[in-house]
Amino acid sequence: MEKKRIVHYLNQFYGQIGGEDKADQIPIIRKQPVGPGIVFGNLLGTEAEIVATIICGDSYFAENQDAAMATILQIVDGFKPDGLIAGPAFNAGRYGLACGAVGETVRRELKIPVVTGMYPENPGAEMYHKPVYIIKTGINAASMRKTVPIMTALMKKLLNGEKIGFPEEEGYIPQGYRVNVWMDKSGADRGVDMLLKKLKDEPFTTELPMPVFDRVNPAGAIEDIKAAKIALITSGGIVPKGNPDRIESANASRYGKYDIHKIDDLTSEEFITVHGGYDPVYALEDPDRVLPLDAMRILEKEKAIGSLFNYFYATVGNTTSVSNSKKYGEAIARDMLENGIQGAILTST
Amino acid sequence: MKLTLGKFHVRDIQFSDKSYFHEGVLHICKKELAAHLLQDSRIKEIDFDIARPGESTRIVPVKDIIQPRYKVSGGGQVFPGFVGELDTVGQGVTHSLEGCCVATTGQIVAFQEGIIDMSGPGAKYNSFSRMCILAPLITPVDNIGKHAHEETVRIAGLKTAAYLGEMTKDLVPEETETFKTDPISDLSKLYPGLPRVVYTYMIQCQGLMHDTYVYGLNVKGILPTMIEPTEVLDGAIVSGNCASPGHKNTSLHHMQNPVILNLLRRHGKDLCFAGVIITIESALLADKKRSAFYASNLARLIGAEGAIITEEGGGNPETDLMLNCKYFEANGIKTVLITDEYAGRDGASQGLADVTPEADAVITNGNGNEYITLPKMDKIIGKLENVKIITGGNASSIGEDGSVSVEIAAIMGSLCELGYEKMTTRLR
Repeated sequence: MEKKRIVHYLNQFYGQIGGEDKADQIPIIRKQPVGPGIVFGNLLGTEAEIVATIICGDSYFAENQDAAMATILQIVDGFKPDGLIAGPAFNAGRYGLACGAVGETVRRELKIPVVTGMYPENPGAEMYHKPVYIIKTGINAASMRKTVPIMTALMKKLLNGEKIGFPEEEGYIPQGYRVNVWMDKSGADRGVDMLLKKLKDEPFTTELPMPVFDRVNPAGAIEDIKAAKIALITSGGIVPKGNPDRIESANASRYGKYDIHKIDDLTSEEFITVHGGYDPVYALEDPDRVLPLDAMRILEKEKAIGSLFNYFYATVGNTTSVSNSKKYGEAIARDMLENGIQGAILTST
Repeated sequence: MKLTLGKFHVRDIQFSDKSYFHEGVLHICKKELAAHLLQDSRIKEIDFDIARPGESTRIVPVKDIIQPRYKVSGGGQVFPGFVGELDTVGQGVTHSLEGCCVATTGQIVAFQEGIIDMSGPGAKYNSFSRMCILAPLITPVDNIGKHAHEETVRIAGLKTAAYLGEMTKDLVPEETETFKTDPISDLSKLYPGLPRVVYTYMIQCQGLMHDTYVYGLNVKGILPTMIEPTEVLDGAIVSGNCASPGHKNTSLHHMQNPVILNLLRRHGKDLCFAGVIITIESALLADKKRSAFYASNLARLIGAEGAIITEEGGGNPETDLMLNCKYFEANGIKTVLITDEYAGRDGASQGLADVTPEADAVITNGNGNEYITLPKMDKIIGKLENVKIITGGNASSIGEDGSVSVEIAAIMGSLCELGYEKMTTRLR
């Protein structure tokens, strides 16, 4: 069987060029394993070999990332490798960021597996844990001997297209994806077990560590409401009859923008709700109950506001993930800015 | 209180000229059962179908799921306030048809109705696929209105379950299990040294078809209160809840509440089960706050040291869950929360609508946004087309080959937040 081809990325220090004084080294090629690459080569054994080592100075990479990345990508591609190993970088910040960036780009552009290694607090780990497998290492090269076999084992699995296990089994830093799995005991049984441990002050592991919320500071008050253009937004699923954008009744994959400039009052003949999380009876009777267009038109006539925007935005908030909601919110906000809108009324259900 | 469940294991359901239970087979006379249910003038037509484990059968849209039970002694009858007379249940002997359920279907009421697959990859997401299911297909009279429609179907489901349960009236159960609770005043004397645990049972009752009934009462607007766990097992709590199929507590989930069963079975062994506190999930913040501190004060009053708190539904009920956690912990009562998550199809999003730092012990029953494809089934009970509009479905849910692609929130009970199933999430 032909050996699989691996390219290894190292900085100037592990590439045995020199210390900080050589940190501006431009990318150079060695057609054999260097430094830690020799250990990787031995462990890869008959399955794979390091065909080339790319060495780049940490400062050079940090200061010329686009140019460095283009050169490195070209070099890697030239060797037609089956996989890329970067580092390990331990807690070296610039080196970690370089290993992450190289790994992410190579994986995306060349579609080959990538493994690197870092200390969890390395900024490179924070930035690249999602796209790249980063094996958890100690703070410095003292953990090299422990790390290299773990990185090699994961690379072998990736090269063979084997199923990759969970972080605890494979040693990588969690990529942040929650995956459904089955346990031996029901949720209720696990819950009572956990409570008894908590009551006895024994150690237990929560199944769902509390997520950190991305809080948004409210914008400042509108200075002149009588001159302001106001838009209506709803997560209550009010859409024109027929649901032209086919917005789902739950976990909506899109939002819609609908023309109301000729309408003063939403009627059940023309508008409906497609939201699957609440009783639709009253919203179907009168969609203004969720999207108060009629009230806004009165305020407009009374000149309590400058004007109402000619369109409204709508999506469905029912079990819609926070990341999708954030995406729609950002897109709607951009569109509102382009249309010179100063304020919005957002109704939820 | 002392309640004995006399269990009969159902191997099959068959339609027959006469209704009776014999050697594990439920024989059902459609005509007799239909006549019984058609006493409700709001039902125009009714038919029945059967789904068995392993069959290539999909039921959709399913509204509620109910376990057939019958009270032989002890006073009252199952589903008090709806089917049985309005009296205390939870004592004496109740017969229970195990491995069997009633799943109401027919014309869709609202988006929040789900799927049961009897085989294939969808079957592993709930326990119903391993039960023999009688599915009443209910068509209400024309122009009935959604609220009356929901009520009609709910009551028909309960009546059907009671009808099936009654077939065991004069029979001897294959096995029995007895549950016993003690007066609060005796607990410290009887079980010194065992940790006192309460169960805080959050039930959804926001009106607008998100309602739950206790002894026939819609509990919307009540203050938290206590109930004997055995009363719950006898059907004192009934679901009228049209929340998302994956995480609404059906009537069967209430009757077989796995937290209550676990705590009853361990009572006096490694813990002391001090009681069940029913608390509500309202849509208003003031109600959420009042219910949370009031429930925690009740728990303190009965000397609880720990509490299991379960959620129903998601989104704003997460605020109830977190407020309960906060107030219980502030009262010195250690908590474990049981919930589910909506972390996006890739599992990378944060999965809860509200959080609190005190929630350091949480059980999750899975990510409801996971997207799966369920192969075509030979037989559909109900109407497949509804998959496009139910929670978890979308306009392109039905493939040309008859397969169905949905988020698992569309599968009945897949994420049950009472911890009925065995799914959880792991971070990768």
